[in-house]
Amino acid sequence: MATMTLARRRVPALPFVGALSNWSTGKTLIAPAVIYAIIVTQLPFVVTVWYSLLRWNLLRPDNVQFAGLDNYLFVITADPVFFPALINTLILTVGSVVAALVFGMLFAELVNHRYPGRGVVRTMFITPFLIMPVVSALTWKNMMLNPVFGVVDYLMQLVGLPAVDWLAQFPLVAIAGIVVWRWAPFMMLILLAGMQSLSDEIREAARMDGISGIQEFRFIVLPHLSRFIQLGSLLGSVYIVQEFDSIYMTTQGGPGTSSTNLPFLIYQVAFAKKDVGEASAVGVMVVILTIIATRYLLRILSRLSEEA
Amino acid sequence: MAIRAVARSAGPGIERAPIGIAVAAWVIALIGFFPVLYLVATSLKTEAAAVVLPPTFIPLPGINLAPTDMPPFTFAPTFEQYQTILDRGFGPFFGRSLVAVISSSIVVLILAVPCAYALAFRMVEGWQDTLFFFISTKFLPPVGIIVPIYIIINNLQLLDNIAALLIMYTAMNLPIAIWMLRSFFEEIPPDVIQAAEVDGANVMTLITRIILPMVTPGLTATMFIGAIFAWNEFFFAVSLTATKAATVPMFMIGFVTSEGLFWAKLAAAGTMAMLPVVIAGWVAQRQLVRGLSLGAVK
Repeated sequence: MATMTLARRRVPALPFVGALSNWSTGKTLIAPAVIYAIIVTQLPFVVTVWYSLLRWNLLRPDNVQFAGLDNYLFVITADPVFFPALINTLILTVGSVVAALVFGMLFAELVNHRYPGRGVVRTMFITPFLIMPVVSALTWKNMMLNPVFGVVDYLMQLVGLPAVDWLAQFPLVAIAGIVVWRWAPFMMLILLAGMQSLSDEIREAARMDGISGIQEFRFIVLPHLSRFIQLGSLLGSVYIVQEFDSIYMTTQGGPGTSSTNLPFLIYQVAFAKKDVGEASAVGVMVVILTIIATRYLLRILSRLSEEA
Repeated sequence: MAIRAVARSAGPGIERAPIGIAVAAWVIALIGFFPVLYLVATSLKTEAAAVVLPPTFIPLPGINLAPTDMPPFTFAPTFEQYQTILDRGFGPFFGRSLVAVISSSIVVLILAVPCAYALAFRMVEGWQDTLFFFISTKFLPPVGIIVPIYIIINNLQLLDNIAALLIMYTAMNLPIAIWMLRSFFEEIPPDVIQAAEVDGANVMTLITRIILPMVTPGLTATMFIGAIFAWNEFFFAVSLTATKAATVPMFMIGFVTSEGLFWAKLAAAGTMAMLPVVIAGWVAQRQLVRGLSLGAVK
């Protein structure tokens, strides 16, 4: 991805720099990592852009032609899956991030109190984030959401609700559920760090002034957390936009295209249809969309690290 | 960044919670944790017991009744599914995952430590731009580069070779490691480095002899975070490997294709697949937030 050039800010020179360290030593130290990252991530992206301009299907390897913007035109005007996949990606990303933030906030608030076994509670909360996504998708697909033997449907029937085949009838909702289960702990960790940096005195003083719990949350905790909420939602979006594992393991994008997101579409075009040009074109578009989101994210990260 | 959790396990958080909050916390945590518990429980059942409703999740050893005649919520535990999974060749997949994780961690370490050091102590012009360059590579969606990567790896004869995963996992974890290590390095008092420089230590000696021992916990945490991501990684594994280099997630897929209806076996495979990382994560949980926020939140 393109290097983001940020307005250089005045940084107080550290006292020990300059005396014996010099720029050339520094360059030698960073060069291997920078070169590695350029070769493995930047150059392939340049190649992706080039491929996206070619008519090239691996099933007909000797027929490679320059196609200009044909692949982009095809994807935008003729591909029946692109726009559904784009919309699914947006719904899945925004919906999951918001829901994960809400649950993460609740979890963080619950862990930010003192009671017996708080460490265990916290450990239980973060565990879903550690589970291999492939395994968590399988667990949800079979043991939790299966319409006949699954725990969720069993509980629904217990209270008189009809059985629902979640992954067939509401695939996007079910996948978002799995994603939220995985990402709410991530939000919890970030928000908890935010809550713990809020001094107890302020909260206690406010409480002595007689404000209600809801007011305390609304006017003291929430404003303090806003930067953490931004950080969590942007990091979450960047990762959840790339969601692939749970779709591959549960619905394979179906039924039809109802749970196909852009990464899964690219996977299908590249590895089933074997269309290098088209897969690359969609890839380039995903990267452009991500860059737009990332620019905003980088601004926030730089503001945070500036306060270091 | 200045934000830092004020206190440690005993302390942080507001005063002793009302009983209602404690109960709510426990109940909600148990609900969220239930799928994990149920996965592990199912791995200890027979196939017949795996589909019994109401759900059973309490192992009750020593009672041999038909699954449906057991006391409510209990089942008779057995390790037979684990034996089956091991007999199906789970071991080599596990071994390859370990190789991919450990080898990429080592390469990450070699590349990231000097780089993070130079960036933390501002030894290069444009150190900020360099940091953000690394982070922007992390936010490049893998699907944006998978096609050329696949073709290049294929041309290098590295398809279905663990080296392909080593290359990609290194690139994937390098930015996280650099950002995290930098945040740990910045906590080293400048006097230490100044003193060492006055003594005339060269920069590699300085890093390996003086700096690294001072940040051992941070270094460990950085490695743990990278290992978690690499162990769980699926997209590159499914795109670049098939059989010879297939890692644990690939075992899961192969197993689903052939015997996806056998939930107890599936659960046993899933439990073994997730366990190393879950344990690593529990151990490193204090540092988790720092890794996930790229060192921005300490």
